[in-house]
Amino acid sequence: MSKKLFALVLSFSMVMTMLLAGCSSQGDKASEPPADNSQSGTEASQPVENNNTEAKGRVYWLNFKPESDEVLNNVAKMYTDKTGVPVKIVTAASGTYSQTLNAEMGKSEAPTIFVIGNKSGARDWSDYALDLAGTPIANELTGDEYNIYDDNGKLVSIGYCYECYGIIVNADLVAQAGHKVEDIKNFETLKTVVEDIHARAAELGFDAFTSCDMDGSSSWRFTGHMANLEYYYEQEGEMWKNCPPTLTGKYMDNFKNLYDLCINNSLTAPTELSVGGHDAAEEFKTGKAAFTVQGSWEYASYKEALDNITMIPYYCGVSGEEKAGLNCGTENCWAINSKVSEDDQKATMDFMVWCVTDPEASRILVDSFGAMPYKSAVECTNGFLLDADEYRNNGCYVMNWATNFQPNVEEYRAALVSALNAYNADQSDANWASVRTAFVDGWAAQYAAVNG
Amino acid sequence: MNRKKITRGNTIRRSTRKWFPLFLGPVVCAFIIGFVWPFVQGIYLSFCQFKLIADAKPIGFGNYVRAFKDAAFTHAFWYTALFTVVSLVLINVLAFTVAYVLTQNIKGSNIFRTVFFMPNLIGGIVLGHIWSMIFDGILSKFSTSIVMDSKYGFWGLIILMCWQQIGYMMIIYIAGLQAVPEDMLEAARIDGASKSQTLFKVTIPNVMPSITICMFLTLTNGFKLFDQNLALTNGQPIIMQEGGTAIKTTEMLALNIFTTYNNSSPNAHGTAQAKAVIFFILVAGLGLAQLAYTRKKEVQQ
Repeated sequence: MSKKLFALVLSFSMVMTMLLAGCSSQGDKASEPPADNSQSGTEASQPVENNNTEAKGRVYWLNFKPESDEVLNNVAKMYTDKTGVPVKIVTAASGTYSQTLNAEMGKSEAPTIFVIGNKSGARDWSDYALDLAGTPIANELTGDEYNIYDDNGKLVSIGYCYECYGIIVNADLVAQAGHKVEDIKNFETLKTVVEDIHARAAELGFDAFTSCDMDGSSSWRFTGHMANLEYYYEQEGEMWKNCPPTLTGKYMDNFKNLYDLCINNSLTAPTELSVGGHDAAEEFKTGKAAFTVQGSWEYASYKEALDNITMIPYYCGVSGEEKAGLNCGTENCWAINSKVSEDDQKATMDFMVWCVTDPEASRILVDSFGAMPYKSAVECTNGFLLDADEYRNNGCYVMNWATNFQPNVEEYRAALVSALNAYNADQSDANWASVRTAFVDGWAAQYAAVNG
Repeated sequence: MNRKKITRGNTIRRSTRKWFPLFLGPVVCAFIIGFVWPFVQGIYLSFCQFKLIADAKPIGFGNYVRAFKDAAFTHAFWYTALFTVVSLVLINVLAFTVAYVLTQNIKGSNIFRTVFFMPNLIGGIVLGHIWSMIFDGILSKFSTSIVMDSKYGFWGLIILMCWQQIGYMMIIYIAGLQAVPEDMLEAARIDGASKSQTLFKVTIPNVMPSITICMFLTLTNGFKLFDQNLALTNGQPIIMQEGGTAIKTTEMLALNIFTTYNNSSPNAHGTAQAKAVIFFILVAGLGLAQLAYTRKKEVQQ
């Protein structure tokens, strides 16, 4: 009998050891970036010297912009070298942030900093976000305009940088075609210049707009950015505080004005846009087109290639648009995970404050991000953001990022892309009607799906 | 002599009874941890509202109601069913034909077997992207693309799956064909059976076990298809229904579950989980029914 028991205990303990070994090795893996290319990341190494023994807690930033991965890792390493606090940066691959966040938040070593970039994110993750009102990092802010509150008025995330988007113009090419950027004051003047350039494209050697591809790498410039002009004007000066359940689509014609102008006066025929595969950034940088629809984050790379670039507002034929400014806002908002230990939260807070106050760190971050809305952060050098400031200083209205309210973003935009594909292939009224359905009714349907 | 043998057998049996946990334990544990427990938890979660698994709240049958009311899910089901039937027939007929030809002692059949099998070694996502380039390359000549028309998406996916799976099924059929007893074929020849008579009356009944397994594989592969669907069309084109509900016309069940899970709604995860349970029951049910049906046709040698 005792022999039998012994055997059982032995086998049981054997199994348990195996399992525990399995678990612990899995635990190690969790802190490493997965091997597949869905994520990329590196862990800042522990410093050899200057090891601050008081350092408690850890920082884990789940970053959603692949283009800033390298910069963030450098900053993380700087901080670790200085303080001994480990800072881990994991970057979700383009378009997979929400999946990565879902997966990472469930782990025991969950991210301490994550991004809540819009209202729908605030709704989803409010329970996991620390209330940032009155915290040291919030006290460093210059203003409230880039902060995100949940439905109960809790400050769930605060902007760490802001951006702007609009129509980027290669002023030299416009001048070469015999026009002046300063003369573009509204949709009419924009249209004249654009159509003139497109008509003479063969003679000039460049076209008006870069390709307006509808594939995943480019469609967001229209379904996310350009769509904003419709949302912005629909607010009629009363900025949305929450996602509206329905849209009126009152300014759809204005969206159509600018959209038509783009697709019909570009390097690529509208019928070929659904295939995609054109590199709009490359086209612009190599001077193949004078206009492109993009944002301030591209400034550094465009400036490297071109001398004279500037950003102008989305002119779309709304009355009084001579007073329009650029679309300013952000999706880059820090949230602190409220479910991690207090030490981790404290370490994370310290890291954030350091990022926006340390001259060296904020220099690196500002150069990469554009501008950071913090009192002690260094001045911005991004030409497009300076353009935005100039418009504002001249009394032009800033177009806020109402697009951030898009309900169930990915699904909403996917339907819009599909409708735009059909419209691009055949620009009939019937096809525009389905674009309108996707734009207006799609909003209501997705709102209902999310809130139902 | 006889008595001794019996006692020895008894001793073995007794010690087997005594020591079996040691040998069975690890496997049982692994099975429980790797399959039974996640499965049970999955079913439990389908009755919950949850954001992360750690804080699931049971809410009853709400997720199932939402899943069945979802027009996109119903559409995905019928679309998947249609896709599965078409791909099952095409893949098996073509794979069998290729296998039959390659077992006729033609020159270089080993090279052909290798070549036909190779597509199966490429991952689904990669394959989807490669084929979308191929299709778009052709379709762009006609100013259209694979995401413009659901017909293109459907046949595109069929072509892709045939290309990928025929080689694999071919290998199974070749093994089956080689196992057909030579004397049976010889007897048929002596009896004056024609080639087609031999094929349908002798060969096919004898490779029925291979047909069973290939049909099972293509059926479940068709239903579970995900990567290729995601990479090739990702559900495009989308049609808007009255009231703005979007139906992704080329979205299959697995992709529908995936997109549901990543929706931003408090119920998204639970609903996706409920859909996944329904999906499991469906695939398991169909698979077993098909197995039972084709098993009946198998012959004993």
